[in-house]
Amino acid sequence: MSNTLLILILLGLMALAYRLGMRRSQRLVGGPGGVRDLHSLPSYYGFFTAIWCGLPALLVLFLWVSLQSGVIRDLVIADLPEAVRALPPAQLGLVINDIQNLAQGNIVSGEVSLEMERAAAHYQRLRQTSFAASVVVVLSLALLGLSVGWRLVSPTFRARNRVESVIKWLLVGCSTIAIFTTLGIVLSVLFESIRFFEMVPIGEFLFGLDWSPQMAIREDQVGSSGAFGVIPLFAGTLLIALIAMLVAVPIGLMSAIYLSEYAGARFRAWAKPLLEILAGIPTVVYGFFAALTVAPFIRDNGALLGLDVSSESALAAGLVMGIMIIPFISSLSDDVINAVPQSMRDASLGIGATHSETVRKVILPAALPGIVGGILLAVSRAIGETMIVVMAAGLSANLTANPLQSVTTVTVQIVTLLVGDQEFDSPKTLAAFALGLLLFLITLVLNVVALHVVRKYREAYE
Amino acid sequence: MNKPAVDQIRTIDRVNATLKQRYNRERRFRRFGLAAVILGLLFVALMFLNIISHGYSAFYQTRILLDIEYRQEVIDPAGARDPATLSAADYAALVKTALRTLYPEVKGRGEKRELYGMVSSGAALVLRQRVMSDPELIGSRQTLWLPADDDIDMLVKGRIDRNAPESERRIKNRVLAWVEQLEARGAIEKQFNLGFLTGGDSREPELAGIGGAVMGSLYTLIVTLLLSFPIGVATALYLEEFAPRNRWTDLVEVNINNLAAVPSIVFGLLGLAVFINFFGLPRSAPLVGGMVLTLMTLPTIIIASRAALKAVPPSIREAALGIGASRTQTVFHHVLPLAMPGMLTGTIIGMAQALGETAPLLMIGMVAFIVDIPGGAMDPATVLPVQIFLWADSPERAFMEKTSAAIMVLLGFLILMNVIAVILRKRFERRW
Amino acid sequence: MLSITPDTVVLGTARKSVITAGFSPVADDARAINGTVGDITSADPRMTARNVNVYYGDKLAINNVSLDIGVNEVIAMIGPSGCGKSTFLRCLNRMNDTIDICRVEGEIRLDDQDIYDSGLDVVPLRAQVGMVFQKPNPFPKSIYDNVAYGPRIHGLTSNKNDLDEVVEQALLKAGLWDEVKDRLDEVGTGLSGGQQQRLCIARTIAVAPEVILMDEPCSALDPIATARIEELIDELREQYTIAIVTHSMQQAARVSQRTAYFHLGELVEVGKTDDIFTTPRHRLTEDYITGRFG
Repeated sequence: MSNTLLILILLGLMALAYRLGMRRSQRLVGGPGGVRDLHSLPSYYGFFTAIWCGLPALLVLFLWVSLQSGVIRDLVIADLPEAVRALPPAQLGLVINDIQNLAQGNIVSGEVSLEMERAAAHYQRLRQTSFAASVVVVLSLALLGLSVGWRLVSPTFRARNRVESVIKWLLVGCSTIAIFTTLGIVLSVLFESIRFFEMVPIGEFLFGLDWSPQMAIREDQVGSSGAFGVIPLFAGTLLIALIAMLVAVPIGLMSAIYLSEYAGARFRAWAKPLLEILAGIPTVVYGFFAALTVAPFIRDNGALLGLDVSSESALAAGLVMGIMIIPFISSLSDDVINAVPQSMRDASLGIGATHSETVRKVILPAALPGIVGGILLAVSRAIGETMIVVMAAGLSANLTANPLQSVTTVTVQIVTLLVGDQEFDSPKTLAAFALGLLLFLITLVLNVVALHVVRKYREAYE
Repeated sequence: MNKPAVDQIRTIDRVNATLKQRYNRERRFRRFGLAAVILGLLFVALMFLNIISHGYSAFYQTRILLDIEYRQEVIDPAGARDPATLSAADYAALVKTALRTLYPEVKGRGEKRELYGMVSSGAALVLRQRVMSDPELIGSRQTLWLPADDDIDMLVKGRIDRNAPESERRIKNRVLAWVEQLEARGAIEKQFNLGFLTGGDSREPELAGIGGAVMGSLYTLIVTLLLSFPIGVATALYLEEFAPRNRWTDLVEVNINNLAAVPSIVFGLLGLAVFINFFGLPRSAPLVGGMVLTLMTLPTIIIASRAALKAVPPSIREAALGIGASRTQTVFHHVLPLAMPGMLTGTIIGMAQALGETAPLLMIGMVAFIVDIPGGAMDPATVLPVQIFLWADSPERAFMEKTSAAIMVLLGFLILMNVIAVILRKRFERRW
Repeated sequence: MLSITPDTVVLGTARKSVITAGFSPVADDARAINGTVGDITSADPRMTARNVNVYYGDKLAINNVSLDIGVNEVIAMIGPSGCGKSTFLRCLNRMNDTIDICRVEGEIRLDDQDIYDSGLDVVPLRAQVGMVFQKPNPFPKSIYDNVAYGPRIHGLTSNKNDLDEVVEQALLKAGLWDEVKDRLDEVGTGLSGGQQQRLCIARTIAVAPEVILMDEPCSALDPIATARIEELIDELREQYTIAIVTHSMQQAARVSQRTAYFHLGELVEVGKTDDIFTTPRHRLTEDYITGRFG
């Protein structure tokens, strides 16, 4: 990859700049003996020169690479015949894709017209020009920066302070990525959601009882308008999350209590890490387990009892999700229980309470806010969990509270709507983003509340 | 008793009256706790047993011993040894001939098709590869172990019940008889399946391998590591060592804590909307996957790194500052090296999370069926967990075995990473 | 009733204490048992400890201590920090059981029963020997629930009226009733430090124990709250036997009838409080009381 080579050359130049800057600082004060006369250590002059050499050039390169594909695309489109340019954006995108594939020598779907070949050649030429230009600009910028930095080196120059402030700004830059990520999430799902709500009224989306996004490919097909009511999805999500909590909370809480209050040191030393293995197993493995072992098991046993159990029952998905959440609940509860001061235990035991009375009547009530916070976090996890439900829950949106039936969830629908071929303007695709927005908001509220509760709890006992 | 006051006797009597009941409750509670722990451990054991019992056999493959004649008229009638001709030749015909000579009694089209179906279509590929690398073979004979079809594989591995009635069995009685003849002659056996570990994906279960997915995971993880480690450490350094306490840093902190709990699929939506649709990066590329996973694992790394920095006692900083080091020098010369083991541990755990992540990668198109093994971070690829997802969806019985085996490999990598993290923590753990 | 074993086996080996350099038993008329100066016995003992050794892991924390605690008396245990006085106190209702590495040897009797007998049940023991801790530790429950906790778990009352009565009596005895009677359902942790400690005392006496152990009950309190608790201890003496650990000699002098001085895990001197503070017989006691170390 040629950009990689360019970056390597830049790094080489920076190394050179480092040596030049360091040498110059030493020479200016008459060799290594005069280092005391410098404001900073020689290496800082080296770093300073290297920063001047590399930083602007790298920034420009980064901007160039991220903007060039858009610009080239626009230029290619501008040169296409009128008929092609008038195509709707989705189809135009396909054409552009074909041109790009053609230019890269890949297999192209459909036949290749002369225009396409010409466009591909044009595309190829533009790319080459762009790359050549970027090499020239970036390298000359690097050399220019090198000479500027080199010239600035003088014994009284505060190179260390400059270098340190550059480092500091780099650190600040990195720390803003978290903000940009949140912003990116909000903006990306928000924009697509707004486009979705232009097609489907928000009221219908939030309160509709029907979910069948199967839009027709062609406008004139029968039943081309899907139904986008989110209620059955949420009912399904909550049903599965509820089953998961019914499994995870008692087992997780009781095992945390047993391990921290009753178990001997040796039992704890091997049981705890073994239980935590559950937390490290990827969700796709749970999904496989749910779909191919637990679901058939429940179905067959249900059949023995004369029950009609769906092979994609909410019970199977919920059960396995519960298993996944056990270590989550137990480690959070463990933290919270250990945060209850020993003096509480002493007070209770000192009055003659048994161990379980102490746990049930003093420790658990005292730890309740923390435990509730942990459970809220776990609920948020269960709601956002994807792979288990994608593999083990159903696709059809049933509005039911029967755990033996098949239900679908928000995350399942996001995956189904977005995996595979998609056009970017159909409500079907955009609906996935609206669901994503809803999911994000709900988990956000749960998380904020839970984190707040847990923090308040910690502060109470510190 | 010396001087029993009236109410004191009452107390102890009353206490003793309910004591038995209270101890019963105590025992019950204790047993309930123990049961919860055991249940949890049982789930762990059940999952591992279930997966290993399904998956171990995928590391072996049933092969059939066939006497192959590399006939000139089939491979290269012109005798020019032109690579294009050699590549396009009908090697399946060689396999068919070998099978026919083995069972000369087989007549009729249906019967023949069943016979030919015993050997995997991959057998022809094996022959082609041999001939391409050594054209001298043409005209000679060779006895070769060639892969059997997945149904035969399942039968030999005992996953298809031989005693079941024919109508409920995927294998016809006729074929079963052939297999038993081969078994009697020792011409069919299970051999180590290297192709499973090195090969790419395939529609044929007996040919499908995890090599492509492993490479895809590797490239994705490299991208994730290269991005998330420096950014995570830098963020932690800034927040812990440089940042003033103000609303901005509070905002960053709250943000990081929340991002840690955002559902992973939402990160996939972000990747789809920003990296693919806005920046126009290629779909299915490990580069994009790595970028999405970076955003996902950053909170883990940042939180672990901050904890590691917090664990460095202030006296170290004071000592360095006291002899005139600048803030930056103090941090980079003293604090950072001391915190590094903790940061690395957090990073490995973050990487393990990223390795097991599936949902966001579905969103950015890493679910494509990709046969080729990716050669770089821009090539279309899939990753190990997504491969598991894809195979788990396949209807063939043989893919269940492959899925379980792929899970074993994935879990093996994860356990390895966690063991490294634990060793690192034990080795460099410092108590101040 | 509790099973009382008639022939209680003395646990562990009762070893004669070796008086290390620096200890100089001066007065030859003193009845020195196990190296302790003064009379360790009481005319009417409620609890008797004989040859008690306590180990934390391998470390000997209490070395061969013998001491009686008499009925309706307040005995104060004083000494420099780390001298083992709190450890000894915690042995008296087996609170040390909660510390895994702690091991107790010797014999401690409550009335006639050996409280370290293997068949003994700590739950009724602790109902008989209550404890008040250094830091006020009310439960994060209402004031009423705090006091009612003991009677409830032990099933001391059969109906709500009885329980109300018990809670009121306990709060009255603890001198807290007037301050909290209108807000019994407020959270106990919302009270002031002194009130919290009196609440903890009320919680302890609501069970009607025979002995109350107090582990530096005033160390976290201001002087006024301390004075209040000291008055309370004096009042409680009429009904209960009280053992109090304190680092304040003045407090020991004010509230106790007998005083025991601990030093480095050994019981150095026991005697009537007046005697200990006016005419200490052991040089270490004298040094401590006159403020040469502490």
